[in-house]
Amino acid sequence: MSILVNKNTKLLVQGITGRDGSFHTQKMIDYGTKIVGGVSPGKKGQFVSGVPVFNTVADAVKETGANTSIIFVPASYAADAVLEAAEAGIELVIAISEGVPTLDMVRITPYLQKRGTRLIGANCPGLISPDEALVGILPGGIFKKGNIGLMSRSGTLTYEMVYQLTSNGLGQSTCVGIGGDPVAGLYYQELLQMFEDDPETEAIVLIGEIGGDAEERAAKYIIEHITKPVVSFIAGQTAPPGKRMGHAGAIISSGTGTAAEKIIAFENAGVQVARQPSDIPELLKKLLKM
Amino acid sequence: MKIHEYQAKEVLARYKIPVTNEILCFTVSEVQAAANKLGFPVVVKAQVLTGGRGKAGGVKLVRNADEATTAAGSILGMDIKGYTVEKVLVAQGVSFVSEIYAGITIDRNTKSAVFMVSREGGVEIEEVAKEHPEAILKFTIDPDLGMAPFVARKIAFALFDDLKLVNQASDLFQKLYKVFIETDASLVEINPLVITSDGRLLALDGKMNFDDNALFRQPLIHSLNEPSEDEKKEIDAREKGLSYIRLDGSIGCMVNGAGLAMATMDMIKLYGGEPANFLDIGGSSNPQKVIDAMNLILSDKGVKVVMINIFGGITRCDDVAKGLIAALEQIKIKIPIVIRLSGTNSKEGLEILKKANLPTVETMSEAAQKAISLSEDFLR
Repeated sequence: MSILVNKNTKLLVQGITGRDGSFHTQKMIDYGTKIVGGVSPGKKGQFVSGVPVFNTVADAVKETGANTSIIFVPASYAADAVLEAAEAGIELVIAISEGVPTLDMVRITPYLQKRGTRLIGANCPGLISPDEALVGILPGGIFKKGNIGLMSRSGTLTYEMVYQLTSNGLGQSTCVGIGGDPVAGLYYQELLQMFEDDPETEAIVLIGEIGGDAEERAAKYIIEHITKPVVSFIAGQTAPPGKRMGHAGAIISSGTGTAAEKIIAFENAGVQVARQPSDIPELLKKLLKM
Repeated sequence: MKIHEYQAKEVLARYKIPVTNEILCFTVSEVQAAANKLGFPVVVKAQVLTGGRGKAGGVKLVRNADEATTAAGSILGMDIKGYTVEKVLVAQGVSFVSEIYAGITIDRNTKSAVFMVSREGGVEIEEVAKEHPEAILKFTIDPDLGMAPFVARKIAFALFDDLKLVNQASDLFQKLYKVFIETDASLVEINPLVITSDGRLLALDGKMNFDDNALFRQPLIHSLNEPSEDEKKEIDAREKGLSYIRLDGSIGCMVNGAGLAMATMDMIKLYGGEPANFLDIGGSSNPQKVIDAMNLILSDKGVKVVMINIFGGITRCDDVAKGLIAALEQIKIKIPIVIRLSGTNSKEGLEILKKANLPTVETMSEAAQKAISLSEDFLR
C-alpha cells in the first residue's frame, strides 16, 4: 500500500511537448510510472517518448482512461489546465508549474471541491510511492520502498531528508511535496489522515517551513486524530521577517509564521522536532524501536 | 511587492474610494507650498516602505507655517528601520468622530479572501489582534459569490446602525474588494477609515501589497515598484534565475532549493555562525548560474567564507562538480570556499572536486562548522 499514487495510477501529462514536460515524461517512464497519454493543444497525433498526445484532456481521458494528471504548463495557464483536468473527471491533479498567481488558486478551489478533484501543488515537486509510481520531478533513485510517510513544503530539502532516511535503511511508503505557495491543494491535515489510514505507513515525517499557520493546524490535528508517531523539521529558523524566502508562502508577516511558534506547537502535540535534518533518522529509529 | 501610501491611495481613488486631499513633496519648500494650498491643519507623513513610521516620529500634525517647516525638516532624510525618508505626503487635516479598520487579505486555510473590519481602527491592527481579537470581525468571501451587495451589507451592518453609514460602507467595501481582485493584491488595508464630523466615510491611510507571481499581468501596478538598493539586487538575481536575500553575517551561502537554503542558514546559526545571505540557485548545473551566484555573494563585502551546499537530485553531482569547476576557473576568489555535495552520483562528483583541489565535506553540519571556523580564522 501507499497513498494517492501506485501501480494502478494511469497518468496524463499536460504540457507534454514542452521542455520540462517531455524531459520528465521520460524520467517518469524510466521509473516505471504508467503514463497513458499527454495533452498539448494542436499537437494531436504526435508521440512523446512513445506516449500519444491529445488536444484536450477530455479526449485523452476518453481514449486512455487516465485517472491522474500532472501539469507542466507555464504558470499563467496552470489554473486553466487544472480546471480542464477536473472537468474531464481526473481524480488527482499534480501541478508542478511555479509562479501561479495566488488569486488563480483561490478562483479554482470551489470548482475542484464541487468535482471532488484532489490537487497537489502548485509549485511542488510532485510525489512518489517508491517502486510503484513517480509522479513529479523528484529524483527517483534516492527513494526506497518502506514504511515512512513523508510530506514537505520544499523540494531539495525533501531529497536531503529522503537521502538520509534511505542511507539509514529507512524506506518510504509515499513522499509528497505539497509545494511552497500560500494557497495550495492537499495540505498536512489531509495527508496526515491518509498516512494514518494507510496500513503500510508506520511513522510520518513532516517537513515544514516558516510562513502561515499550517504547521500549527497540523499540530492540533495530530493531537486529535493521529496515533502514528510523527517527527518534524522546520526550515527558516533564522529567516528575517518580511522577506520572501524563495517560496511565495515562506514569509514571516508581522510576527506570525515564525519557526519558533511552529516548533512549540509541534512539541505540545508530542511531535519530536529535529534541530537539523540529519537528526531525523535517529528520532525515527527510536520511535520505531529499531 | 509593496507600494507607498500615496501610491495605494491613488489606486484606491481610481476605484472611487474617497481619500484625503493630499500632495506628495520632496523638499521643505514643497511642503510649505502644499500646506498653504491645502490649508492648515495638515498632516506630514513619511513615505517609506516599512511599518512603524508613526512610532519613529515620521507622522506629524502641523497647524501653521513654522510647524510645517520644522516637521518637513525633521522627517525628510529621517531613517526609519534602515529606510531613508526621501518624500513626504502632505494631507489635509480632517476632523472625524470615529476610526474604523477595513482590510482584505488571503486566508491560506479557507483558500479564499478574508474581509476584516474593526471598530478599533487607527492603531496597529496586529496589536488589536493580540489584545482584543474579538474586536476584529472576519468574513470569508466565497470566490464564486465575491463581494455581492448583500455580503457587503452584512459586513456594514456588523459595524454600523446608521443606515446612511451602512449604505456608504457597503458601497465602499464592494469597491475595495474589486480593487483587491483586479490588481492581484495580497493585502489591501484602510486604517483608519474615518467617519468625518459631517458623516462621510474617508480613507485617511492606505496600504497595498501585491502578489509577485501576478505582476506579469499587472503592468500598471508593476510600474509603481520602487525597489531599495538591497531589493534591486534581489530583482537582478531573480532575472538570472536566482533567489537572493541579503543578511548581515559573514558566511556566504549558495544552495539549490529554497527549503534547503533556509535549512543551511539555520545550520550555520545552530553552530554559532551568521549567514550573509539566503541564496537559492535552483536546479541546474549551468556554470553561468554559479558564476552569477558567486558574483552576487562576493558583492557583499562582509562575506569572509563561501559555503556551497548542493543536493544533486535530477541534476547529478558529477555535473554539478564540473559546473562548479568551470565557474571557479572564471572568477578569481580570494576567500575560502567549503563545498558540500550530496545525492545522485555524489561519489563521482566529490572525486572530480578533489582532483581539482577544491575542499569538500560530506555533511551539512560539517560544512557549517568548517565555514564558521574558517570565518573566525579570517577575523584573526
